[in-house]
Amino acid sequence: MNAPLRRVAISVLVLFTLLIVNINYIQVVRSEELREDGRNTRVLADEYSRERGAIVVAGEPIALSTPTDDRLKYLRQYPQGGLYAAVTGFYSVIYGATGIERAENPLLAGTDDRLFVRRISDLFTGRDPSGGDVVLTLDPAVQQAAMAGLEGQVGAVVALDPSTGAILGLASTPTYDPNLLASHDLDAVREAAAQLEAADPDPRSNQAISQRYAPGSIFKVIVSAAALENGYTPETVVPAPQVFDLPQSDGTLKNFNGSACDPSGQQPLIQALTISCNTAFAQLGIDLGEDAIRDMAEGFGFGREDLAIPLDVATSTLGEIENGDQLARTSIGQQDVQVTPMQAAMIAAAVANDGVLMKPYLVDQLLAPDLTVIDETDPEELSQPISARTAEQLTEMMTSVVTNGSGRAAGIRGIQVAGKTGTAENEGPDHNWFIGFAPADDPQIAVAVFVRNGGGTGGDTSAPIARQVIQAYLDAQEGR
Amino acid sequence: MAGPTTDPRAAAPGTAVPTRRGTEALLLAFAVAITLAAQCIVDLTVTGSLRPELATFGIWFTALWTGAHLVVRKFAPYADPLLLPCVAVLTGLGLVMIHRLDIADPDSGADAPVQLLWATIGLLLFVAVLLVVRDHRLLSRYAYILMLLGLVLLTLPAILPASISEVNGAKIWIRVAGFSIQPGEFAKICLVVFFAAYLVDKRDVLALASRKVMGLELPRGRDLGPVLVVWLVSILVLVFERDLGSSLLLFGIFVVMLYVATERSSWLVIGLLLFAGGATIAYQAFGHVQARVDTWLDPFAYYDGSGYQVAQSLFGLGTGGLFGAGLGGGRPDEVPIAKSDFIAAAIGEELGLFGLAAVIMVYLVLVERGLRTSLIVRDPFGKLLAAGLSFAVAWQLFVVLGGVTGLLPLTGLTTPFLAYGGSSLVANFGLVALLVRISDAARRPATPHVAPQRLTDAPTEVVQP
Repeated sequence: MNAPLRRVAISVLVLFTLLIVNINYIQVVRSEELREDGRNTRVLADEYSRERGAIVVAGEPIALSTPTDDRLKYLRQYPQGGLYAAVTGFYSVIYGATGIERAENPLLAGTDDRLFVRRISDLFTGRDPSGGDVVLTLDPAVQQAAMAGLEGQVGAVVALDPSTGAILGLASTPTYDPNLLASHDLDAVREAAAQLEAADPDPRSNQAISQRYAPGSIFKVIVSAAALENGYTPETVVPAPQVFDLPQSDGTLKNFNGSACDPSGQQPLIQALTISCNTAFAQLGIDLGEDAIRDMAEGFGFGREDLAIPLDVATSTLGEIENGDQLARTSIGQQDVQVTPMQAAMIAAAVANDGVLMKPYLVDQLLAPDLTVIDETDPEELSQPISARTAEQLTEMMTSVVTNGSGRAAGIRGIQVAGKTGTAENEGPDHNWFIGFAPADDPQIAVAVFVRNGGGTGGDTSAPIARQVIQAYLDAQEGR
Repeated sequence: MAGPTTDPRAAAPGTAVPTRRGTEALLLAFAVAITLAAQCIVDLTVTGSLRPELATFGIWFTALWTGAHLVVRKFAPYADPLLLPCVAVLTGLGLVMIHRLDIADPDSGADAPVQLLWATIGLLLFVAVLLVVRDHRLLSRYAYILMLLGLVLLTLPAILPASISEVNGAKIWIRVAGFSIQPGEFAKICLVVFFAAYLVDKRDVLALASRKVMGLELPRGRDLGPVLVVWLVSILVLVFERDLGSSLLLFGIFVVMLYVATERSSWLVIGLLLFAGGATIAYQAFGHVQARVDTWLDPFAYYDGSGYQVAQSLFGLGTGGLFGAGLGGGRPDEVPIAKSDFIAAAIGEELGLFGLAAVIMVYLVLVERGLRTSLIVRDPFGKLLAAGLSFAVAWQLFVVLGGVTGLLPLTGLTTPFLAYGGSSLVANFGLVALLVRISDAARRPATPHVAPQRLTDAPTEVVQP
């Protein structure tokens, strides 16, 4: 019986090795993922016993921890209520953390490796360990103008500094008060969450970066960019019929309100963009071909799955294009094109920044608890979809949109604004878009405004909000 | 017969075989020291001061193992010196974790003192077994009585009304007058003894091969009887008691003992096929088996229901990481029923990967010493019994830890020695007593120059092929 016994002994060794390999996998490989799972309340309970760092905008905390008398020693508070909810997210005993609260959690909680030396010294000095501060790139004037403009609508505003990618404003409506979810009264928190859950859409869903919608005519900026890169100029005359016959089917594609773009059936490219001529861009898309459109879109950030600001940004896509009909509809931003308001703002920002697309970012600095800077974001170039020359021509065309075309409502006296409107068809009332930047000759701010099912046009619903945001930022810059 | 390297008599012919009681005493002291140090760390971390009860605990716990050691020294002087210390450190660590979980959730009651009481009862059983069973071979005489007892213990909860026998969906308990026992733990030992006696009796027949298929010598069709019976009993346990663990445990132990007895690997293949068949049928036919498997495949998908416990266990293990949160530093009470089913998760969270791996290594030492005993003991019944008992511990640990760490579907089994639960602790002390008894017989010199007065007790030489 000894031979099988030895084999049993070896089998036991194998079984136990399996166990140890498996716990290695869980406790080492998956450790971080499991530790940081939002449902894992362990770390949270531990974190509540320390003073969490603040989230700071323009020197003022928009999220801070204050001492309490109850079991959890610190309460998270958001002095501005719902104003910054889309950025900060919430920090809840029950529901974990979202937004910056989650993305920068290690530093805020004081567990970040960069605070290691300090933690060691805390151990010896008996000082309670505390977290570091996160300083954001947001501008309060921009954020307030954006939220005020969106009031009563479902929508989003994203404002970028085109030369760096710094996010100046990031608003999503409807918003919610993160204080309600951060409360230590758990029943109240559950009730608040149930109310948010019941609302449509859930205010916790971030319209600016997590939701994607058909862009409509703002996509024509990308088609124009592809055209300009392929030998067209703003003055190149393109066909612009009253009705565009779809190549693969009996269907037709019309202009907004069914009007003619030009009595002659053709017009210069700049004019086509200015009045947002659907038939012209459908034909242009087919002439340029799918690859040219797709490459240009990807240059502007479409298809990027790893974009984090540091909040995850949903991937904007063109969708599959199977035939000429679909290519025609894609070229006017319909069919399966899906973009986030963040992506829309990136299009405007790249044009504004001489064709160079900067990586958008929210976090300007990370501060240690003693307020020394331990990290600072360096602006990073993502890509250069178009040449500086093309960017200049596009700026000229987009300025024409605001001066003479569908985007007049974005115009500001004394300042040249460049932009493009979009009115996207969908199952409900039309989505209303506007992307743009100003001043056109020296861009300081690029914005995207999105109003879900606004029902009007991009020009009359979204452009005025963009104007308010741009105006607020330029005024604030002047005041400084 | 065992080779010269594993036969202690061959190592030093004519000289006295060392009893190694001193080694055992030293290791036991070490185990007690670890336990007491861990207790102190828990109290200091959580409450910042040492409780006065700690002294009582320390004295009691030390007394337990001193007593056990003295009994072994007197009644099983040649016993393997590693068995008892392994058990001591595991029991001690279990008591520490249960105490730690007591503090974490004061509403759940103080379970650590109760567990200490159970450990005391367990050690009394340990002593009783050593005193009563002076020669393990005597057990084979009672094999069929033990089988009956085992089957009764196993099936009793299934017959009893659910109000007495059902806890958390598994009908494996007997709850009378405030006490709850899991008779399955005792049934396990009775049945292993029976299997050993039965297989020694029938192994020649069972080893008969009828034909060779693909290099595998298959047994005769009519010899499949016993394995089919055990298989059927396992299935019945699964169906009527909803106890995946005992079912898996029982069948696994039997097949391995069958393989050891007959030296025919075809029995392993047949066992695996029967298991696969049974598992498939059970999965198709029973909702609770399906639910278990689904939860196992993705516990996080069932986070709000059946997957919550495993998910929390994984969170705890992941949060513990390499070194753990430190004793008293984690939140092991987040896992429901952490004291019994999920004590390993609590250890993994607070002592980290290193702590949990160390615990697994202690089990490995315990099991491999048991199997070594089986290798060197001279009589076939002792061999099979030691192998069966050792493998039972190994298999049970594998199934439990596999469940806690998501490697296997969750079962209702408890971690031997560590987990809170009287029946499991007491029964496993009985199991170790048998192993100690067999290892004493295995290492005791055949020639009577050490203890001439015990000549009559000396095991007879059994010449083996």
